[in-house]
Amino acid sequence: MSQVVFLIPVALFLGLLGLAAFVWSIKNGQYDDLQGAAERILDDEDGAPPGRRPGQRP
Amino acid sequence: MSCCQTMAVGARSGEAPDIEEERLRAASWASDNDTLESEFHVPGMHCIACVRRIERALSGLPHVSDARANLTNRNVRITWRQREGTARALADAIAGEGFEHAILQNGENAPDQAHETQRQLLLCLAVAGFAAANVMLLSVSVWAGADEATRQLFHLISGLIAIPAAAYAMRPFLSSALAALGNGRLNMDVPITLAVILALGMSSYEALRNGEHAYFDAAVMLLFFLLIGRVLDHAMRERARDAVKLLTGLAAKGAVVLLPEGGQRYVPTDKVRPGERVLVAAGERVPVDGVVRAGASEIDRSVVTGESASVAVDVGAEVEAGTVNLGQPIEIEATKVAAQSFLGEVVQMMEAAEHSKARFVRIADRVAQIYAPAVHILAVAAFIGWLWASGGDWQLAAYTAIAVLIITCPCALGLAVPIVHVVAAGRLFERGLFMKDGSALEKLRQVDTIVFDKTGTLTGGRPDVVASDAAPAERRLAGVLAGHSRHPSAQALARAVAGDPEAHAIRASRVREVAGSGVEAAIGGRRMRLGRRAWVAEIAAASVEATQEPVGLGCDRTSSVWFAEEDGRPVSFAMQDALRPGAREAIDALRRGGLKLEIVSGDVDGPVEEVACELGISTFLANQRPADKIAHLDALRRAGRNVLMVGDGLNDAPALAAANVSMAPSSGSDVGRQAADFVFAGQNLDIIPFCYRMALDADRLVRQNIALAVVYNCIAVPMAMAGLVTPLIAAIAMSGSSVMVVANSMRLKFAARGAASDEAREAERCAAPKGRRILEPGLTAGR
Repeated sequence: MSQVVFLIPVALFLGLLGLAAFVWSIKNGQYDDLQGAAERILDDEDGAPPGRRPGQRP
Repeated sequence: MSCCQTMAVGARSGEAPDIEEERLRAASWASDNDTLESEFHVPGMHCIACVRRIERALSGLPHVSDARANLTNRNVRITWRQREGTARALADAIAGEGFEHAILQNGENAPDQAHETQRQLLLCLAVAGFAAANVMLLSVSVWAGADEATRQLFHLISGLIAIPAAAYAMRPFLSSALAALGNGRLNMDVPITLAVILALGMSSYEALRNGEHAYFDAAVMLLFFLLIGRVLDHAMRERARDAVKLLTGLAAKGAVVLLPEGGQRYVPTDKVRPGERVLVAAGERVPVDGVVRAGASEIDRSVVTGESASVAVDVGAEVEAGTVNLGQPIEIEATKVAAQSFLGEVVQMMEAAEHSKARFVRIADRVAQIYAPAVHILAVAAFIGWLWASGGDWQLAAYTAIAVLIITCPCALGLAVPIVHVVAAGRLFERGLFMKDGSALEKLRQVDTIVFDKTGTLTGGRPDVVASDAAPAERRLAGVLAGHSRHPSAQALARAVAGDPEAHAIRASRVREVAGSGVEAAIGGRRMRLGRRAWVAEIAAASVEATQEPVGLGCDRTSSVWFAEEDGRPVSFAMQDALRPGAREAIDALRRGGLKLEIVSGDVDGPVEEVACELGISTFLANQRPADKIAHLDALRRAGRNVLMVGDGLNDAPALAAANVSMAPSSGSDVGRQAADFVFAGQNLDIIPFCYRMALDADRLVRQNIALAVVYNCIAVPMAMAGLVTPLIAAIAMSGSSVMVVANSMRLKFAARGAASDEAREAERCAAPKGRRILEPGLTAGR
């Protein structure tokens, strides 16, 4: 029983961590282009990643 | 406009406002003083190779600071320094890679209110999902058999998770329910909110007194499933139609008025009075209706007739507001004020059409109208029934009533419609058809008549060279001459030699364009003319001229353009605005589907009749101005017909707004694209029967889904009323019905597969060389 009392808050905490990560990824715009993200992995070119180019980000 | 044209165009139209550039800039939005952001829709982009090519082409331009392609919605977002370059250069770069493109209007896709709501819904969904998963974890332990102490502990922890999570995730439903109740109405969100609040309350009570059943998981899971439906529904929301705004944006902002005592003054368009003389420069839009008093030029009347073939005007000719002056500056005497001019009338028509559109009640709303009261009645009946049957046991009665409320709650119903629409939209999008919102699909289902515009919709929209008796050398020379004119026939010729590298080595000098006649230039010392037969014959070898016949197909739609060198043999090029590929098959397929077809066009009788004959359409109307098109649609509607309007041009926009449902090609005008419910990219018309079949299939699936939801309720509700429902059963029932509905909706993915599978079609498009796509006139393959 004592283990359960300890484990449940741990489980909840981990769950909250997952939730926070999900919320962050939405706010970071990572869900805006799922198809593009999937395909860019397969690209062989060594282009500079966006954001390191001069000028503003869209 | 193109590489071989830039010299001449730049020299000739030095001060003339570039309408295309202004249009592109107006559609972009400024992130600060020096930077503009533009977003183009590029439907042909669907693999990483396409993305790389486009991004590289755009980043290669010196005035672009960032270019990012989005493969999911096929848009490209470009950040560029507006003082250092043109928007045209961006469009040309994309076209140079061989891709069709259309600029997205600022507001069509820019971050806005709807995006915010979508984010909010996603966050609620995330919280509900997190809570549901964790509470379910604890609930399964309880159902698997936990002793009393553990059970109470788990119930309490579930409550601790569920109550704050539900309070957060419930807000969309709560605000909607309160809004409805405030108006004295009942909508689906009222029973949902009630169910969640009562369930949480009752479960807390049970948890505190160590009861056997707690419904925390059911409450949160209900929110989770319903939020999935909400998020999908919102993704399918109706996007704002700014067609009227676009139309008003087309009007010339101001006019140059010639003062009677000499001199000029620039006045806002709506201040021009009838009788005043206005100067319209080359490349400008005519600001108000008027009569030409000085000068001769060519006018693009596509606003009125949909035809891009320019019309020659001379002193005494009437011109309408909104038409474009292509050739030389002219002086007009205003006959009407701006508000009553042609463009002003079109704007009024569009506003009237949008307001008078009958409100379409979506099937989901119709079901909700029956469902919401039914749910409440059943719950109250259960409460009273058990109160009486148990002889006054409040707790038992309340318990059962709440169980009924939860069980009847429509997870399946909330998912039934949006899922089908999302899957349908995805399949249509793969084929290049963009659906503005789910109700468009439902409206399409009801259609029994289709009205087509001709130019640009059934045909390619611009003339192409179909036949010629010119030798390759003569073609090249003619093409070079053609590059110096904006006339659509000239552009067609210029396109025909675009891929020829030798043509670009040729330079023409002493270029002059004569309105109504053609283009003259000197190449290699020899004078050459391209244009009207008689004018070209003036410099050609006299002996040959009389016997030459124009090569061509001898029908109304073919026009011919002549070319000759000084003292040389005159040759002709036959031009025709050809039917779109797949037009005949598409029309046949639609006719087989039982739909009545009509053509309503702004063009003159001859070409319209020819196209109608070729396609086998018996009902056609020609010479239709925008007001006539609306009148015809109204007549059809009064006769009880349900109409789909397919059109592309500015002159179709009011009709597109007035029809029950409408479709526009993305190659058409911005206004048409904004006003229409569906926008399709690509040249082939087979997308139209495909879309119709999709609407039929979607409707069938939605009805099946609703039936499934109802069946589920017919089983579950009696069980709940009999008091046999436990949280376990509720959980299984809810997830089971939702999964069933989603699985059924997935069938749409496999329905209506065409002859060529979609993947094969995509692969072919991606690998195709640039020459097979629509290019801007005269653009070369290399750079």
